[in-house]
Amino acid sequence: MSKLKLVLGIVAIAFVTLTAVSCKDAKTDKNNSTEHHSEMNADGDHSKMNHDNSDGHHDGDKKEMTMNGNGTSQAVLNDYFSLKDALVADDNAKAKNLGGVLAKSLKAFDTSKYSGNEQSELNDIIEDAIEHAEHIAESAMDHQREHFKILSKDIADMIAITGTENTLYQQFCPMYDGGSAWLSMSEDIKNPYYGSKMLTCGKVQKEIN
Amino acid sequence: MKIVKIIAVVLLVAFVGIQFVPTERNQSDVVPKTDFMLVNSVPDHIKSKLQTSCYDCHSNNTQYPWYNKVQPIAWFLEDHIKEGKAELNFNEWDSLSNRRKKSKLRSIIKQIENDEMPLDSYTLIHKDASFSEAEKQELIQWVGRLKDSI
Repeated sequence: MSKLKLVLGIVAIAFVTLTAVSCKDAKTDKNNSTEHHSEMNADGDHSKMNHDNSDGHHDGDKKEMTMNGNGTSQAVLNDYFSLKDALVADDNAKAKNLGGVLAKSLKAFDTSKYSGNEQSELNDIIEDAIEHAEHIAESAMDHQREHFKILSKDIADMIAITGTENTLYQQFCPMYDGGSAWLSMSEDIKNPYYGSKMLTCGKVQKEIN
Repeated sequence: MKIVKIIAVVLLVAFVGIQFVPTERNQSDVVPKTDFMLVNSVPDHIKSKLQTSCYDCHSNNTQYPWYNKVQPIAWFLEDHIKEGKAELNFNEWDSLSNRRKKSKLRSIIKQIENDEMPLDSYTLIHKDASFSEAEKQELIQWVGRLKDSI
């Protein structure tokens, strides 16, 4: 009799576990599918916008671009500089947070103002940069800096297309990883790859207007 | 004493219970045209090294170990494979832009250099997946050359 009870008990608990876990699975599946959905929507909107802007009033658009609003290259730049400052300050937690912020502004960056070629180049850059920003959002300091190196290249390539309203300085540290560059608003060297360890290592490589 | 028994039974039951939970299997017979090996000319020894050490988690086809159906190990594997593929899927290599290919290659080099990949938990069981120092250097150099050629 007690054996029967035990078996029944096992079956019952197994059943409960199974139901509980499969419910959880179903839920996450659902979440995933809605996520995909919204992503698809975003894509759809995007292509529509591209069409709407294909007649291109470029002069007017350029003026708009120089504003600090969301979805502009300037918004991306501002978040990049905040992230750089967190790395300069050796602040891992803040850099994580700002990596996430940068990923968001990159995702929001509206490239529809640019010509077809520029758009595809920019989308390439943004896609790559988002990946690095997202990694920075969840990595330890040394990893953050590795990703920041490639991110800096992406951002520099972005500016080459979008231009910038302020004078920027491309700075270069010959010591980090065989030589690494970054961008700064100020001429003074504050090294994001070494932080306090070698704060002033580096030189101005280029002035970007 | 009785409590110990009860706990043991509950654990056993839970263990039996979770065996019924299905897991997603990462298996496919098709090697897509975008596969890393098809679009790059990879020397044989590098090819086999990458396939042994990386493809289980970074492609659409995993050579599962015998214990892969035992929970909670199966969950653990499923998680790792999902994460690994999201990060880098060699089968879909050619769908990446050149910029992203370079980024990925750079990350591959860094991960191997710092002994972060293959994962320790993986090489513990797959002894043939770990890199000797010489293999590491060879792989890093080869990947570096590929990166510079893009």
